[in-house]
This record gives sequence, C-alpha cells and structure tokens, in this order.
Amino acid sequence: MIQHAIATRGSSFLQEVIEHTPGGERIVHCLQCGSCGGSCPNGADMQYTPRAIFALINADEREKVLTSNTMWCCVSCYFCTTRCPQKIPITDIMYTLKRLAIRDGLAKDTDAPALAKTFTDLLDRYGRSFELGLASRFYLFNKPMALLKMGPLGLSMFSRGRMALIPKRIKKIEQLQAIIQKARQLGGRS
Amino acid sequence: MKYAYYPGCSLEVNSAAYDVSVRAVAEELAIELEELDDWNCCGATEYFSQDELTASAVVARNLALVDPELDQLIAPCAACYLNLKKTDHLMATDPEMGAKVNECLAAGGLKYEAGRVWVRHLLDVIHDDFGEVAVRDKVVRPLTGLRVAPYYGCQVVRPLSEGDCTEYPMKMDRLLTWVGAEVVDYPCKAHCCGGHMTQISEPQAFELIRRLLANAAEAKADMILCMCPMCQLNLDAYQSRVNGFFKTNFQVPIVFFTQVLGLAFGLPPEKLGFGKEIVPARPVLEAKLSSAPAGAGA
Repeated sequence: MIQHAIATRGSSFLQEVIEHTPGGERIVHCLQCGSCGGSCPNGADMQYTPRAIFALINADEREKVLTSNTMWCCVSCYFCTTRCPQKIPITDIMYTLKRLAIRDGLAKDTDAPALAKTFTDLLDRYGRSFELGLASRFYLFNKPMALLKMGPLGLSMFSRGRMALIPKRIKKIEQLQAIIQKARQLGGRS
Repeated sequence: MKYAYYPGCSLEVNSAAYDVSVRAVAEELAIELEELDDWNCCGATEYFSQDELTASAVVARNLALVDPELDQLIAPCAACYLNLKKTDHLMATDPEMGAKVNECLAAGGLKYEAGRVWVRHLLDVIHDDFGEVAVRDKVVRPLTGLRVAPYYGCQVVRPLSEGDCTEYPMKMDRLLTWVGAEVVDYPCKAHCCGGHMTQISEPQAFELIRRLLANAAEAKADMILCMCPMCQLNLDAYQSRVNGFFKTNFQVPIVFFTQVLGLAFGLPPEKLGFGKEIVPARPVLEAKLSSAPAGAGA
C-alpha cells in the first residue's frame, strides 16, 4: 500500500527521502495538520515549516527543499516527532535533509555545516571533542568578528577550570580511525 | 549494583561539576560506576547531520566497549544518552544497518550485538530502581525552603523516554520533593535550550534561553536544575549575553540536579562541583539552607 502511495505521487524526491530515513515511509501518512510547525521552537524562523516541507517533497520540489533554511533551524528537540499524530520521524527526516543538502552542496545561508564539519574533524583526529579548538577554528574561518564577543565568555569558563587548552587523544585512536575509514568506504544512505 | 559509565566529553571539562556530583551521589546510593575504558566522543548532533553510517559506527564503538559482564550503561549527558540509545535501537530495528555497523566495528576488531546494553540516564536509575523510600532514607540535610525549577531539556525525555511524560515529565520533580526541596511548576521544563544554536544563530538561541530564564523567574525559583551539560552551559555561560541582548537582569543560578541531591545527602559542596557555575549559587544556598554549606560557590 505504501509503495502504491509513493508511486502514485510520482515524486522521485519522496522516494529518495524515504530511502535515506529509518522509518521514513511514514511520511506518506502526513495529514498536513501542522502540529510539527506549531511545536517547533524555531518554527517561526523557518522558510517552510515541516508540514510545508512534506508538501514540497510530495511535489518533487527537491531544490526548493534542500536550499531552504528549514532543517538548519532544527535543533533536534523531537517535539514534532513525539507530537505527530501519524508517527512520522520528523527529526530524522530533518537529519536526512541536512545530509542531502551537504552532500550536494546545496546548503545556503547557514554556518551549521561548517560547525558540524569542524566538530567531526576534531573527533576523527582525537576521538574526543575539543571545545577550544572547535570554537577558535569555527569562529576564525566563519565569523571572525564574533570572536571578540566570545572572549569574555571563554575567559570566565577558563577561570573556573571549564575549558581545556589542549586536546585529549584517546589511546586507541587508530582503532577508531579504522572504523571511520571503513564506514566511509561502505558509504550507504547519506 | 554495578553499571558501565559513559561520562562523555562535556563532563570531562566544561561540566566537571556534573561528573563529580554524579559519582558522589552514585557512591552514596551504592551504585558502582565502571567507566568505559578509552571511550570516544558520541558525535553529538554533528555527525548525524553529515553521515549516518559513520555517525552510528562512532557511537557503536562505545557500546562494543561495555564490559561483557555488565548490561546497563549510564550516560548523564542527554546528547550522549540519546545517541547511544538511538544507535542501539537503529541496529536492532534495521538489521541491514546493524550488519553494516558491525562491518565497520570489525575493522577495529570489535562487535556489538544490538539490544545487549540497556542505555540509561541516572535520573531514571535513581527514580525507578531506588525510589522514594531509599532516597528519603539517605537525606541528612533536607533542602527545605529551596525553590527549584526542574529543567529536563529535550533528549532524555524525547523521543525514547523511559516511562515519563514527553510533554511534562515528573521524575525529577518527584525526586527533588523526596529530598525536601520546594519544586515550582515550570511549564518550560522540557523545552529546548537552543542546543548548538548559540554558535550558529544567537538571536534564535537567546530567545529560547530567555524564555527558560523568564519562566523560572516568574515562578520565583531560586535556581534551575539541569540534567544535561548543554542546557547548563547555554543557560549559565550565556546568561549575561542574554541579559545584554534583551536588556533584562536575570541572575538565576544554573546547577545540576545531582549537585543539590548531594547536598541533601550531606556531602560537602566542594565535593559536588559548586563554584564552577558562572552565575554563583552560593548566595542563594546560604540564604535558603539553614545549615549553610560554607565554601559553596566561587
């Protein structure tokens, strides 16, 4: 029945989103009720609320969706997911849209992909996150002027022993890197 | 009872107050915590935004490192908790994905059988496994007169809550009542702190933080109690910036629920990480608790 519903809508983007999201086939049950957008703490700042995004996905408007700011407003609070009367994994669909937009170079007007990349580059290298490295690199390359505003905050954290000056590397970093390398090789759904 | 323990990166440095108070409270309750040897970062929301398989494999390495003798893992950070729980869930419900994750782990000589480890939050362990009688029995310094706003945040109560309400959770409320605190009605208790938005879009993040502070101030709470390091960081470290942005004057101390639990159990504040918070908790603790914990706060 779900296959039939997908086929009759004739949207290849719908098919793509479903393939890339665990439990994503629930999307065809969207009632356009709007509980998602109404529940979202950042809904007012979205170009399209999740409800509208689902309508656009049905209409095969791939580029409009992937260049929108919607998924970059999502902070993974899962209110939409737990409130959706049709049990659509909305937060997970937002993750899928983020991944597709990054992969295809369509992400616009947001520093979120840069923050994510800086974060995971440090993780790949050390096995742990490193806040000072993350903040300094991210701000320096993306919004250098904001470094000035961050200075006092960094100092107050540092003075309370809440910021490390050097990163900590896990003992078996080669093991973690081998796992990561294998995952990249296998690839799979974005 | 012995549990595997995954502190996570935040608890190592920026939220060390959470780590020391978790360990201190656990010891009081005879909960033995065995830290995972050589655990790695869970990737927060950042890995899942880029690559699902790598994100899952990075998380699964930690599940694979759990001592074979143990079957429960405590993760105090909400983001770590959810990543660990979700990855286990994903591997169990999507066998194809589970097999792929194990193929990645095999490159590092590891494997993980989905469903083997029960990922838990300390709040659930104390509330569900110990319960009211055991907790009350440990109280030597009731928190009488201390008005607290219990702040749950998002990722422990949603989407994989362990028997608490996803809209208006009550487990922390009850726990704090058992130790004598006056728990205020806090409608924003499961709302979002903005997460990483403080780095990406300050106006969006600051508005979410403002609502949480305003809601606690309206309820005349003496402090907000957190169970997630990201929530604590956003509400505490950004409070003065939020005040500057909105021309407000909030002065709400933000500490972890385990810190005040430790006080109630009679532990000295210096063993519970007090003084690391940026908005000092000491004045309110001295004013509200008759047996004032001298030395609390910076």
